[in-house]
Amino acid sequence: MGLREYIVRRILQLVFTLWAFVTLLFVLFRMVPGDPTTRFVMEYPTPEAREQRVEELGLNEPLYVQYVEYLGQLLRGEFGDSTHYREPVSELIFPLFLNTVVLMFTALIIAYTFGVLFGAAMGWLRGSRFERGGIVATLVARSSPEFWIGVILVWIFVFQLGVLPRSGIGAHGGELTMNVVDRYVNVDFLRHLILPALTGAIYYMATPALLMRNTMLEVLKADFIEIKKAEGLPERTVLYKHAARNSVLPLVTVVAIATGAAMGGSVIIETVFNWPGIGREMVASVTRNDYPVAMAAFFLMGTAVIVMNFVADLAYLYLDPRVKYE
Amino acid sequence: MSLETSTADDDSLDRRKLRWQRRLEAVRNWASVLKEDRMGQTGIAILAVFFFVGVFARPIELSVGPVWATVQPFSLAPYEPGARVAGTGLQGPSWDHPLGTTALGRDVLSQLLVATRVTLIVGIIAAFMAVFIGANVGIISAYYGGWVDDILMRITDVVYGVPFLPFAIALVFIIGASLVNVIFAIVLILWRGTARVVRSQVLSHKQRPYVESARAIGASDVRIMYVQIMPNVLPLISLYAAFAVAWAVIAEASLSFLGLGPPGMISWGEMIYDVRSAGALREAWWWVFPPGIAIMLFVMSVFFIGRSLEKVVNPELRHTK
Repeated sequence: MGLREYIVRRILQLVFTLWAFVTLLFVLFRMVPGDPTTRFVMEYPTPEAREQRVEELGLNEPLYVQYVEYLGQLLRGEFGDSTHYREPVSELIFPLFLNTVVLMFTALIIAYTFGVLFGAAMGWLRGSRFERGGIVATLVARSSPEFWIGVILVWIFVFQLGVLPRSGIGAHGGELTMNVVDRYVNVDFLRHLILPALTGAIYYMATPALLMRNTMLEVLKADFIEIKKAEGLPERTVLYKHAARNSVLPLVTVVAIATGAAMGGSVIIETVFNWPGIGREMVASVTRNDYPVAMAAFFLMGTAVIVMNFVADLAYLYLDPRVKYE
Repeated sequence: MSLETSTADDDSLDRRKLRWQRRLEAVRNWASVLKEDRMGQTGIAILAVFFFVGVFARPIELSVGPVWATVQPFSLAPYEPGARVAGTGLQGPSWDHPLGTTALGRDVLSQLLVATRVTLIVGIIAAFMAVFIGANVGIISAYYGGWVDDILMRITDVVYGVPFLPFAIALVFIIGASLVNVIFAIVLILWRGTARVVRSQVLSHKQRPYVESARAIGASDVRIMYVQIMPNVLPLISLYAAFAVAWAVIAEASLSFLGLGPPGMISWGEMIYDVRSAGALREAWWWVFPPGIAIMLFVMSVFFIGRSLEKVVNPELRHTK
């Protein structure tokens, strides 16, 4: 199979996966026990008003008509109206999505920068005390659910030291009408960002650290490392310039996959720190039966995962020409 | 390798003996790895304590029809975990209540001990089911190939596109929070990892001479898959089972932390949810730290065991001190 054929196949697979996911979403939210209309339509004063609302939402149509209508809506980027806020879901969900993206990107950048450096050092100092301690520390971090890391950080930095805010996104961040730069570029916002981003960073750091260590061990066996050492280059140069650089490759795909997964993984962090993102909104909307919002949030998270998995495959292909297209 | 060319129909006593010897050898293999693996030992020791606590935290009663029997009469927990035992509500640690009491005047230590059970039940059952499904999907997919493989792997791809926790939240909320539903939601996602890894392993085993010879002799597909190939991928499956336990426990704790845990059952995640909803996070350190540390220790012990299993699966790792 040629390269082009592989890519075409992979794109078809992407479309299929997205379609299947969207269908799953439809089925999931129609699975609600009892009359589905009661969950989609909040209390209306009279039966007539309720009837009218049901008709507006198209809930009296047969399921397959609803399904086709639903697919059409998604293609147009519409998610219907929120039953709680009484406004279009798309307008209220995108600012929230942006908040989530900002938070999780910060977390991932910290996690992968430090994780890679830390993992490289562990691989380099193989068999040392530092390596053994490092592995245990990484496994401990990975064993802690995000909410537990969050609780510890809050306890230390908010309750004991009192240096950082407990929750929210800052005085300015809440105003979604402000333009993006004003919202995110101010000290107050940064102070609110530290703890949730750090929680995510600690949780996500284990993967790059352990993976980096393992590939380092492989790369260090290669002859060119011995040659570089024999050339008399300083250890640090060999470590970071030659060994680490060649070990980073497998991480690129992991970064892509982790980015997708982080969009869904933000649920817990956002709940702990009251961060106004799609994760927290999803939990809130599910508990208040606001299904259009829950569906939209879930849709964005799933799409992020699927698209980033796709990116990971292509990146791998581009970076490692030895890959065979199966 | 020569042992693996055992013929399919020749199920004589000798053959059976050989197979058992092979299995024993696998166990011995792990034991020899464990002997030098401090982390693995620690993991097993911690897990053993959790098992002990899980079984003896409260008496276990079984009822079959009208007959009631107490299977296990001991109770490590000093109090009934749901009973109000302190009049004034929130209390710090004391002789009567070594870990203090909750906002509703319940004994934290008793809750902590009893919660071990939910963790063990969810962790073991969810992981077992997920790995069972995943291993079967992987073996069948790889062995038959063709359209069977295509269909099963596309399903796996779709499941890989579903964000784990959001899916569990939505599903549990829609079908209702109960122990069974929480396990169900976890299993529906968790099998995917095992399926992919087992498939790729079986793909390579399929090409080996022992499978060829078994087929030449006329062994059935089912026999080749489960008697010939399965034992060879079992170490890998057990490794994935260990990780599945860890993910299942984290997922259950996270759901409970959001208030979507099984109602009427105390779990560690739910204890932290209770602290938060009582607004006692700042003062009641005795209430929030024990369950958090318990979750961490439990998952950690499973990861430690997983690492030593990894050395059995991949002997190259073995000489890493």
